[in-house]
Amino acid sequence: MIATALTALLSHWRCNRLQFFAMIAGLALATALWSGVQAINAEARASYDAAAATLGEGQFDQLLPRSGEKIDQATYIALRRAGWQVSPVLEGHVRTEEGRVRVVGVDPLTAPGTIAPVGMQEDSNLDDFLTRGVLFAAPDVAEALSGVVSQRVITDPSVAPGVALTDIGVAQTLLDAHNQLSRLIIAPMQPMGLPDIAAVAPDLALQPAQDAGADRLTDSFHLNLTAFGLLSFAVGIFIVHGTISLAFEQRRSMVRTLRALGVPLTTLIGLMISELVVFAVLAGGIGVALGYVIAAVLLPNVAATLQGLYGASVAGTLQLRPEWWLSGMAIAVLGTGFAASGALWNIAQMPLLASARPRAWAVASGETARRLGAVALALLVIGTGIAIWGQGLTLAFALLACLLIGAALILPLLLRSAVMLADGQARSAMWQWFWADTRQQVPGMSLALMALLLATAANVGVSTMVSSFRVTFVDFLDQRLAPELFIRIEDPAQSPYLEAILLSEAQEVLPLLSVETEIAAVPTDLFGVRVGPTYRENWLFLDEAEDVWDRVETGNAVVVSEQLARRAGIWTDDLVTVAPGLSLPIAAIVADYGNPLGQALISEPLFRNLYPEMQPLSFGVRSNDPTTLRNVLTEEHGIPESAITDQSRIKAFSLGVFERTFTVTGALNVLTLAVAAFAILMSLLTLASIRVPQLAPAWALGLTRRRLGQLELLRAVVLAMVTTVLAIPLGLMLAWVLLSYVNVEAFGWKLPLYLFPGHYAVLTLFALLAAALAALWPAIRLARTPPSDLLKVFANDR
Amino acid sequence: MVLTVHDVTKSFPGAEGDVPVLRGVSLSLERGETLALTGESGSGKSTLLHLIGGLDRVDSGSITVAGREITTMSDTDRAALRRSDVGVIFQQFNLIPSLTVEANIAFQARLAGAFDADHAARLSKALGLTEHLAKYPEALSGGQQQRVAIARTLTARPKLVLADEPTGNLDEATASEVLGQMLRLVRETGAALLMVTHSSSVARRMERHVNLSQGHVV
Ligand SMILES: Nc1ncnc2c1ncn2[C@@H]1O[C@H](COP(=O)(O)OP(=O)(O)OP(=O)(O)O)[C@@H](O)[C@H]1O
Ligand SMILES: [Mg+2]
Repeated sequence: MIATALTALLSHWRCNRLQFFAMIAGLALATALWSGVQAINAEARASYDAAAATLGEGQFDQLLPRSGEKIDQATYIALRRAGWQVSPVLEGHVRTEEGRVRVVGVDPLTAPGTIAPVGMQEDSNLDDFLTRGVLFAAPDVAEALSGVVSQRVITDPSVAPGVALTDIGVAQTLLDAHNQLSRLIIAPMQPMGLPDIAAVAPDLALQPAQDAGADRLTDSFHLNLTAFGLLSFAVGIFIVHGTISLAFEQRRSMVRTLRALGVPLTTLIGLMISELVVFAVLAGGIGVALGYVIAAVLLPNVAATLQGLYGASVAGTLQLRPEWWLSGMAIAVLGTGFAASGALWNIAQMPLLASARPRAWAVASGETARRLGAVALALLVIGTGIAIWGQGLTLAFALLACLLIGAALILPLLLRSAVMLADGQARSAMWQWFWADTRQQVPGMSLALMALLLATAANVGVSTMVSSFRVTFVDFLDQRLAPELFIRIEDPAQSPYLEAILLSEAQEVLPLLSVETEIAAVPTDLFGVRVGPTYRENWLFLDEAEDVWDRVETGNAVVVSEQLARRAGIWTDDLVTVAPGLSLPIAAIVADYGNPLGQALISEPLFRNLYPEMQPLSFGVRSNDPTTLRNVLTEEHGIPESAITDQSRIKAFSLGVFERTFTVTGALNVLTLAVAAFAILMSLLTLASIRVPQLAPAWALGLTRRRLGQLELLRAVVLAMVTTVLAIPLGLMLAWVLLSYVNVEAFGWKLPLYLFPGHYAVLTLFALLAAALAALWPAIRLARTPPSDLLKVFANDR
Repeated sequence: MVLTVHDVTKSFPGAEGDVPVLRGVSLSLERGETLALTGESGSGKSTLLHLIGGLDRVDSGSITVAGREITTMSDTDRAALRRSDVGVIFQQFNLIPSLTVEANIAFQARLAGAFDADHAARLSKALGLTEHLAKYPEALSGGQQQRVAIARTLTARPKLVLADEPTGNLDEATASEVLGQMLRLVRETGAALLMVTHSSSVARRMERHVNLSQGHVV
């Protein structure tokens, strides 16, 4: 019996291949979108970490020679023998015709995880790297190097400008520095019970890790990408739900016949569940594979970055990690379960003798739309409540959920109302029929339209978020990394000497004076700044009083960071106690995306008064020609290379990495829209067969099939238009919640929201285009429906 | 007795409380007997047929099919009874659209695990379906489709055939022809037949005739 019943159930798919394809493809696409976003998120994170790490200098603790330029390799070996996980770096310059190239030699085998290639895809590359000697450099540098060095130079645009990256052994040969090293990177994880470094290597000084600057900003970006992942999942669920419930709807008559012929309901439902599980696993598998392809296509840059570093694939680059393919499969199976549970429930509840025709859509739908609308309204009210009174990250995400689900559920009701409104305006009989028929279509298409709503809203939200983020990030980098070079020393005694050198060579010198203190009971870094053109021109404030820098310069005001202001509950013009006995008004609030602590800025003289014994250990230096300045400092004044950080390089590189992430999100936007269009296409195709009885009378009464096809197309565009118009405010709300709510909860600061109307207009056009394209084929099919099919409706025998 | 219906009542929820449709219906059917059930539209003929087929539940009374009381049976047991002992033919939508005519004919017998290919072939031939076996139902006319439904039911050799206006959608000539074939084959297989019909000419060709009126059999 089971085999016979199963044959009948499956025969449905054989006869309705399109439906089968729609279901499998819908499920696979939903899974693909989810796992693609997961993969991209993970890879973006990995690549950013790797990029930050190679630049380098800041991420890890390092050991530098106390005196002189070089470390003896024996010291390195002694440290390794003692159990210290350290990795050698040798830096130096090679002269070329046009100038100099900075050669950085690293040891891929001992470098800390995020720098070193963890696994090799092509061993030959590693061999090349280690034995024959290969250098990696950006195109211009590579060109300059060819002919100068005997090693092979591989062009890689992702290597920082002016730098050639190579293996430590090659660097030693090239730089004629046998058995010598510049510095040692200390891996973050070290075994227990190690001897003191000072005991093993007394000649080395420890330079602690520096804050890479925008770590927290990056974290925030990833959090937002995760939210995007959830959104794409929601889009997927709607698509799966749409395809599966339509597929079940079409098998109602078969279910009735099977039961009348004696197949028990429990057996039937059991069979359908097993069938679904098989489909879900099949489609999930395809989806994960597809997600992998999507990620691979979108990520060549990221992969290239990592490959460029050592000429070998880094393990982090798109491996089929169990957590994401498993999560992809889980999404497929759970999504199917969720989507099918309603349909199965309907079948279980359906009286055996219920009409064998697919339900009359519109009859049930008015009530359903109102009920969904009520649920949606409740969700939106809860959301508003959370927005006003709620606190905490969980509630912030709950707010997002309320907003999205509420908006999706209210959509059918709004569409119905819009169509009814248009119906009231209709003059001719044809338009009356058109609007009435559109109203009947709304329930059948509403899941696909919900998917379109979420996809468009996600696109608006994410691109607003990403673009706002970019604007903020660029401003922030301009502000914080304004000095072209940073010079850092260990010995306070050398500070006045260094400052004198810098003053003689550079345009503007900015000593970095800071102490850790507490202001208004919040742990805070207090800075003494030399107010000059750099601060005046580059710093942007979230809020400011008059003449900020004049008042700070004269010691009459303080600038505090947003974190400090928010935590301490203070704002512009409030008085804060900066040090015992010193209270100053706040002249401005500055955004700080790089730091969990608070920050406060006062003038250098005031600072030196408060902390006379403090000497600056870091200097920011302004220069029109940082490369020359750097050479002058190292060659004429003997300042070690490792003490100088090239900010413009870091800035360019960070921007580059972010640019790539933006490209990826842009591509994802297009993809979500494509998937939503696919959902529309599939629901239209599936609806087409159900709709023949509704269209036949209109045809019989004198509308040509061609006209019917045109109207079908118009209908899809109208419905998509209403949906998109709703999606834009929803997307903006989404971005607003992410930027000014989730961020504040997670990181303590708000990102400003910028609007990009041109972008939204383009998106709307895309959404309409997608809907029109999706409707085109069903419309053409409709226009070509053989009259015999339409006549069958009247024959009343099937 | 293949079928006994005793004092069955059934009402449906209406706008103002329950509306009684059957108010105590009793009848019985012997092996091989044919019975026409007539009555006005809305008199409850289909309702009674569904109750006998175990497709719906009685409010009170008892129904035995092939000696087994079905009113107290579980859904699963009633489904098993339908597979093996009862064949139901509706006015339309009888066939599984995605299976060929041949698969449809074999379907119920296969469900019951009692498929006899020779028997099926004889029935197909007798009903003039041989040349349509590879087609799908949508390619058949209404009369042909009903013949497929009849073939399917009889292939499973049920003890009781329940038919609800099986020829209601057919023109008179075709209806008469299909009915003739059906009666002949039912007699051959020794099944009892209970057929709902509006038509007095159809009713006259059956051995017995009952009329349903005001919820009672007359
Ligand atoms: N599921 C149901 N819910 C409510 N009322 C029902 C239901 N099924 C049948 N009825 C009512 O029960 C009465 C009998 O219906 P039934 O279908 O048995 O009539 P019938 O004699 O077969 O009519 P016809 O000759 O038109 O087929 C009708 O008034 C009908 O409206
Ligand atoms: Mg009836």
